[in-house]
Amino acid sequence: MIRIDCPSCGGRDEVEFAYRGDATVVRPAGDAGEEAFHDFVYRRANPRGWHVEWWYHQAGCRQFLKVVRHTMTHEVHAVARAGDRVEVPAAEHTGVPAAEHKGVPAA
Amino acid sequence: MTQMFRMASGGIVDRSRTIGFRFDGRAYQGHPGDTLASALLANGVRLVGRSFKLHRPRGIFAAGAEEPNALAELRTGARREPNTRMTQIELYDGLEAASQNRWPSLRWDLLSLNGLIAPLLSAGFYYKTFMWPASFWEKVYEPLIRRSAGLGRASREADPDRYDTMQAHCDVLVIGGGVAGLAAALVAGASGVRVMLCEQDFVLGAGLIGEDEAWRSAALERLAGMANVTLLARTNVFGAYDANVVGALERVADHVAEPGAFVPRQRYWTIRAGRVVHATGAYERFIAFPDNDRPGVMLAGAAATYVARYGVHPGRRALLFANNDAAYQSLFTMQDAGVTVAGVVDPRADSAAQAAARARGITVWSASQVVGTAGSLALSGARVARIGSAGTDTLVAADVLCVSGGINPAVQLATQSRTAVAWSERLASWVPGAALLPQFSAGAANGVTGLREAAADGARAGAGASGAPADALGLPEDRPSDVTVLPFWEVKGSGKAFVDIQDDVTADDIRLAAREGYKHIEHAKRYTTHTMGTDQGKSGGLVGAAVLAEARGERVQDVGMPTFRPFTSPVTWGAIAGTSIGKHFAPTRLSPLHEWHVKRGAVFMDAGQWVRPAYYPAPVDGDGWDSVLREARAARRGVAVCDVSTLGKIDVQGRDAAVFLDRLYTNTFSNLPVGRARYGLMLREDGIVFDDGTTSRLAEDHFFVTTTTANAGPVMQHMEFYLQTVWPDLDVTLASVTDQWAAMSIAGPKARATIERIIEGLDVSNEAFGFMAVADATVKGCPVRVFRISFSGELAYEIATPAGHAQTVWNAVLEAGEAFKIEPYGVEALGLLRIEKGHVTGAELNGQTTAADVGLEKMFKKRGDFVGKVLSQRPGLTDPSRPRLVGVRPVMRGDQLRAGMHLVESGTTHSLGWMTAVTRAVELEGWIGLAMLRDGVARIGSRMQAASPLHGALVDVEIVSPHFVDPENARVRV
Ligand SMILES: [Zn+2]
Repeated sequence: MIRIDCPSCGGRDEVEFAYRGDATVVRPAGDAGEEAFHDFVYRRANPRGWHVEWWYHQAGCRQFLKVVRHTMTHEVHAVARAGDRVEVPAAEHTGVPAAEHKGVPAA
Repeated sequence: MTQMFRMASGGIVDRSRTIGFRFDGRAYQGHPGDTLASALLANGVRLVGRSFKLHRPRGIFAAGAEEPNALAELRTGARREPNTRMTQIELYDGLEAASQNRWPSLRWDLLSLNGLIAPLLSAGFYYKTFMWPASFWEKVYEPLIRRSAGLGRASREADPDRYDTMQAHCDVLVIGGGVAGLAAALVAGASGVRVMLCEQDFVLGAGLIGEDEAWRSAALERLAGMANVTLLARTNVFGAYDANVVGALERVADHVAEPGAFVPRQRYWTIRAGRVVHATGAYERFIAFPDNDRPGVMLAGAAATYVARYGVHPGRRALLFANNDAAYQSLFTMQDAGVTVAGVVDPRADSAAQAAARARGITVWSASQVVGTAGSLALSGARVARIGSAGTDTLVAADVLCVSGGINPAVQLATQSRTAVAWSERLASWVPGAALLPQFSAGAANGVTGLREAAADGARAGAGASGAPADALGLPEDRPSDVTVLPFWEVKGSGKAFVDIQDDVTADDIRLAAREGYKHIEHAKRYTTHTMGTDQGKSGGLVGAAVLAEARGERVQDVGMPTFRPFTSPVTWGAIAGTSIGKHFAPTRLSPLHEWHVKRGAVFMDAGQWVRPAYYPAPVDGDGWDSVLREARAARRGVAVCDVSTLGKIDVQGRDAAVFLDRLYTNTFSNLPVGRARYGLMLREDGIVFDDGTTSRLAEDHFFVTTTTANAGPVMQHMEFYLQTVWPDLDVTLASVTDQWAAMSIAGPKARATIERIIEGLDVSNEAFGFMAVADATVKGCPVRVFRISFSGELAYEIATPAGHAQTVWNAVLEAGEAFKIEPYGVEALGLLRIEKGHVTGAELNGQTTAADVGLEKMFKKRGDFVGKVLSQRPGLTDPSRPRLVGVRPVMRGDQLRAGMHLVESGTTHSLGWMTAVTRAVELEGWIGLAMLRDGVARIGSRMQAASPLHGALVDVEIVSPHFVDPENARVRV
């Protein structure tokens, strides 16, 4: 279960939210034509790695949050309000500091 | 004689109390502190079950969660629970348990003849049998498999017990209450952070029993005194999920016959932890050798546990087969407790422990292996041979054969949270590597063994997880224990050498899978069912992987391991469901008028989470249809009132509210005058109809939007999405007010005459308050909003009032309508009226239909953008031959229509459309219905057939306009 640190409500369980997909696509202007709307509705990159996406805090503040999530590990790197800019880590791998105590016994 | 294998002293069972229990109907005795397994061993019971496919006799093999054989049906009647591990069942007075998978009895199992059909049950049998003729599958194979393969039987009665759901947060979660876990909890607890410790066993620090018991007592006492530490014994962490969220099952009352009053049987915990310490220990692994499943073959550590913890001799004469020095300590523990030692078989040429054993007078067969076992229902001996010597072996008498192939650190939970694993040459096993999440592995789970070293490792992990210093913790005393192994997995020979004892998977099965192309560890697992039992291959998983590695000509570590997933141990459905059962599965939403409906005797129906009156039976009614028709007739000819409080309601305010609605709806709201309502249609961005409803303008910058009952939430989310993410520049605020406003629809020719008696401060005459007018007023002093809107097609008013006034206003309406014989009407009559009128609802707006499909294409504004406009013009959605809304009537008026009927040309079977809604009518004779029909408009006036093969129904019908009643819409305007 993903935990999302809502800027309004604090750390909450994924079950309080509704997923609303890629937050980087932009609705075209009304006269942009069928191709542009087709891409807006249907075309997605489906990356393995960091993904900026909308999560609607349905059982909380009802805000659409911009969440930077890793699609493989589910790590949440950042949570912001809809209008805020978010940093996307450059590296493909996750940025969580691994536990210092690895303690692998001598082979 | 009872408990003849019980030692006079030793262990932590309470010999001052004797408790009775029954196994397979026979009475036995044990002591508090026993498990079912230890008590059975104390009574000399060796045979406890039959194997999954082959019905081979099986005995107790382990002393914990890794037990593959000793599965029982625990308790009886409604409380019977199958597949419980006898090694984890805490003994209580009156316990009843039964062995599984045997017929007619455990000792005389006729299906053990399955040994004869074993070739049918080899690797991949699930796959191969699908290639056989269906007749053989149905008549022979499946009944045979169903009879012979299987585990315990669940009770068919309703579970009488309660299960609780728990939500918890902590800074540090320690999983495992062995020596490493206790040390971690002590260090983290001393720092003051919130600590939780979960241990599946009913005692903490069990490994210290018979070793440093003083350290154990002191540790438990200190932890009990820490207010910031929560200790949960009998609690198994079964799964690690994202972000350090774990699931755990607490067996609150499984150790008593029945839970006490208000006590749940189990609790299902969801724990959100800042940091996690995996102190999950290690599972000893066995060695695959011929007939390694005979009752009496047991993991070496388990045998020692029965001696040290329970004071039970697992046998009279013990033989050890091991490839590591640590296992010798298990044998020495048994020898010190009075078990006769037959010797040690060790594939290694020499070791320190071998010398120590010889010094104790123990025979050691070095560079040797066990090539078979003797006995039938119980072990009588093992055949021992020097490695490399052909043909000659010695039969060594023994009734317990202790096996140890080394240890596997329990990395299941760590890998579930994506901790990497590394191969340890010293252990010949996987150990945890770098953690992805803030997690730490400690003790045997980290490959660190020996009480002292494991405690130190636990203290380090506790310090890492809490930021506290680790060095203050005193460490327990221990004995030398070296788990370094000579990797040794299998002894080849004649006879079945099992790599998965529970699933009856042999080393030969693994090789067969590899030969047949299932060489990937995940494929071999599924093809053979290796590690797919309730024990999840805890002690045999790596053994099978090693056999596969050899078959592939690779090293074990190159084969890898299958992905570990929740659940690490079985969890009952009752615990998963928790309190969300029956009516509590989902919240129930009630109208503020619900109590009135109940008193009136309404028959209710569910509409999503809402409970709504379907109809109100009256003494004059013969059946439900009589009630529905009576209510609908009242609406058509007199006056009737319906509770429509469940409609979704959204308050839209702000300078740009009109612009916002123009962009969301296909039609225009910016030119709607204040004090007027308008029907609106909303599309999804892909051009499909999303929802409909009326929107009223209460002020220049204030609108009141209604949605269908079902779509109230989705429409709110849709609006918020566009407002917050697409047009954040708009000055608009939204509020859901569904629950705040009650609403009632007063419909019928006498509707105005009814409400004008009670409406205060508003002239509701047709001239002053025409169709689609909206205004505020009061009723009996209660504030109301009056809307002249109609869903029934009759002259109608909707009165909305703050929910707290609902009953007052409702009563006033009924009182005012008394003169006109007003009737309350339910959802069924509401549906009848809308079908007669040809209004669409969710049955037609089903997420697949366009505005044109339901005859609403005129609702598209000519200018300006709106959601769904562009994609609604795609060729596939504008194809004129798409199914379109029509009305349907039977040619023979007495024929019945059914929702879901298909429309076909007479004499053909090709479906051209389907009925979305049907009803008996009041304005027309007989049944009517709405349908979506290909080329629907062109077919109006023609005849077709409506077919429901499921009901054997075929009805001649005529296709008509969907507007059966008042197509000119004149009645609403009078
Ligand atoms: Zn929130």
